[in-house]
Amino acid sequence: MTFLAVGLCLLGMAVALVLAALDDGVTFFYTPSKVATEAVPAGQPFRLGGLVETGSRKTLDDGVSVAFRVTDCIRSLSVVYKGVLPDLFREGQGVVAIGRLEESGTFRADTILAKHDENYMPKDLADQLKEQGQWHRDGGGEPCPEAKS
Amino acid sequence: MSAEIGHFALIVAAILALGQSVFPMAGAARRHGALMSLGNTLATGQFVFVLIAFGALTWAFVTSDFSVANVVQNSHSGKPLLYKITGVWGNHEGSMVLWCLILSLFGACVAWFGGNVAPGLRARVIAVQGLIGLAFLAFILLTSNPFDRVNPMPPDGRGLNPILQDPGLAFHPPLLYLGYVGFSVTFSFAIAALLEGRVDAAWGRWVRPWALAAWSFLTLGIGLGSWWAYYELGWGGFWFWDPVENASFMPWLVGTALLHSAIVAEKRDALKSWSILLAILTFSLSLLGTFLVRSGVLTSVHTFATDPERGLFILAILAVTVGGALLLYAWRAPTLKGGGLFRPISREGALILNNLLMTVAALTVLFGTLYPLVVDTFGLGKISVGPPYFNATFLPLMAPMILAMGIAPFLPWKRADLIGVLDRLKLIAGVAIALAAAVVFIEDRHSFAAALGLGLAAWLIGAAGWETAGRIRLFHAPPGESLRRASAMPRSAWGMTIAHAAAGVVVAGITVSGVWQTEVIRTMKPGDRADLAGYTIGFAGVREVTVGNYRARRGHFIVSEGGVAVDALWPEKRLYLPQRVPTTEAAIRTTLFSDLYVVLGDPDGKGGHAVRLYHNPLVPWIWIGAVLMFLGGMISLTDRRHRVGAPRRSARPASPRPSEA
Repeated sequence: MTFLAVGLCLLGMAVALVLAALDDGVTFFYTPSKVATEAVPAGQPFRLGGLVETGSRKTLDDGVSVAFRVTDCIRSLSVVYKGVLPDLFREGQGVVAIGRLEESGTFRADTILAKHDENYMPKDLADQLKEQGQWHRDGGGEPCPEAKS
Repeated sequence: MSAEIGHFALIVAAILALGQSVFPMAGAARRHGALMSLGNTLATGQFVFVLIAFGALTWAFVTSDFSVANVVQNSHSGKPLLYKITGVWGNHEGSMVLWCLILSLFGACVAWFGGNVAPGLRARVIAVQGLIGLAFLAFILLTSNPFDRVNPMPPDGRGLNPILQDPGLAFHPPLLYLGYVGFSVTFSFAIAALLEGRVDAAWGRWVRPWALAAWSFLTLGIGLGSWWAYYELGWGGFWFWDPVENASFMPWLVGTALLHSAIVAEKRDALKSWSILLAILTFSLSLLGTFLVRSGVLTSVHTFATDPERGLFILAILAVTVGGALLLYAWRAPTLKGGGLFRPISREGALILNNLLMTVAALTVLFGTLYPLVVDTFGLGKISVGPPYFNATFLPLMAPMILAMGIAPFLPWKRADLIGVLDRLKLIAGVAIALAAAVVFIEDRHSFAAALGLGLAAWLIGAAGWETAGRIRLFHAPPGESLRRASAMPRSAWGMTIAHAAAGVVVAGITVSGVWQTEVIRTMKPGDRADLAGYTIGFAGVREVTVGNYRARRGHFIVSEGGVAVDALWPEKRLYLPQRVPTTEAAIRTTLFSDLYVVLGDPDGKGGHAVRLYHNPLVPWIWIGAVLMFLGGMISLTDRRHRVGAPRRSARPASPRPSEA
């Protein structure tokens, strides 16, 4: 009986911890269009996914921050990241940035993800692009045929 | 020819596995000795044929046989020999062959070394092992044939993913599989016992060495994986709570619980039904991990190339195995005779607390891992559950765990005096609390986590050392007497002490590196210097080098301490030529107490380079701890009472205290 009681207490504690942690441990995944339609408030962490807009990458004056635009072929959002970009970060390819919007509307990334795969297209991003009817990558090639930049 | 031999050997192995799952089972039901021992022969045969297939595939890789599709996709003639061999399991198909090889090896081991297991139970274990083997061999033959040919034959291969061309990752999968698949044996023991409808204390004794071996390898495999992520991904982090990492961590947690509950099953003839459930859950989580990694249902930073059809097949294996096992459990477990009642404050009580905490912790990790999938399935948005969730749920459960780990080895079986034990531990508790207080006093940033982590680590290491010191009467008896007692101490007790202390070492490493990591991100021109954690790091320049199958920009950094140069570091940015894939190779200066970690970034176009420098104090302790845990497991495994096939001693030497680990 004692053990059952201890077990139930632990389980209760775990449920409480889980519920508390789900509040701030969960981050949503948005494309630039979603960011606009959902009106994400500044400062709230989320994951931004899209394609790195061709020709948008530049190094800022401090030499270690980079700025680029992430696009879902409908809208784009400018991103600033301080640090060394992953090896597979390329213009025209998929990227996921974790960070938050600043008051200025720029997305400040803490982490940039690119997978150990040269055709990195995160599943979440692929699904969302398909949903938006922007999926043109069967067999490779330019992701946004009528590239807007 | 070798590819056809390999393919044929796989088919033969599958047929033998079918026989292995049928004949010994029928033999056990009819008490037919010859049928039962036929299982042993078939298990050996299955292993031999999978070994032939594995050998054929390895041969195709080593000789760069580009008529085999798998070799074309994952190898290249200009690759070093080591990576030609490790390339065999650096891809989905080949890694499944390795999985089956290890699975059939474990089945054969039960046949070879299981002489002390009751014949009926052993026959059923081998049959269940054969059934699992059959499922995975069918999976390879139907969806993932590694021996497919290509026509016309290309002149050269596409090469192994450069990020896998690394010694750490070369040996990570085999170790991980030894762990994952090792738990298939405990699973088979559980199913066999349910089929027999009888579990006694001997069951616990038979299961323990298998659980211990699997757990040790899984520990080493996870440790190696996290070490690889640390130095190869160039983020300076070692654990990201990524779904793929969690996939290997959940079986480890439940396997740890199984390791401890099997002790109670053996020593006290109790918790048997629970141990069986844990054995089922551990292997189920191993299969779930395989499914999550191969099917690509979850977004992860590191995975294999994925394929939904294969995912579906593994899901079917998973559903049949887990569903069938749990159904059998629900049907048969109530008929198992339970053990006697016992008191909460006792050795077995502490082991149950371990079980509860480990399984609840595994549940929170499981929930966090699958939650995004559930949310997505119900169309509620795309989310990811990140480190904040796991830190907020997992770590609070580990704190009481570590507190109890310090006390438990002091508790005797059946009935213990908690006050007396705490009294004996007051010195260690005092030291741990003093250390925690000192941390709060010195450090105001993150002080609570740092103080708690370090206090717990000191408590655990101290208590493990104190327990051993008391047992061998260190400084209370002449040194010769202590030495004699130390050598007479059972190996399983040494193993436990080492593994518990090692957990403390890991906690210390995680805490200190997490709280006191410092980093510098800046551009450096040749001649520039940066100061970090008492070191001065001078940048001497960059040059282009070509080595084997890659070209690299190699940076040269000079590390000095107090004006004296102590080391030179050479981080690289590589471009692997066959695939034109870039990788970053961090350069790490490691001492036992800290790492200096240098990453070379891109040129800024003005003569400088982006550079990322980290100082990670105590981070090596994480892997030292993992290796110590593995050694603890191995030392315990050599205990003659664990030794598979060793004759039981009729009389055990009297030990001063209950001494089981």
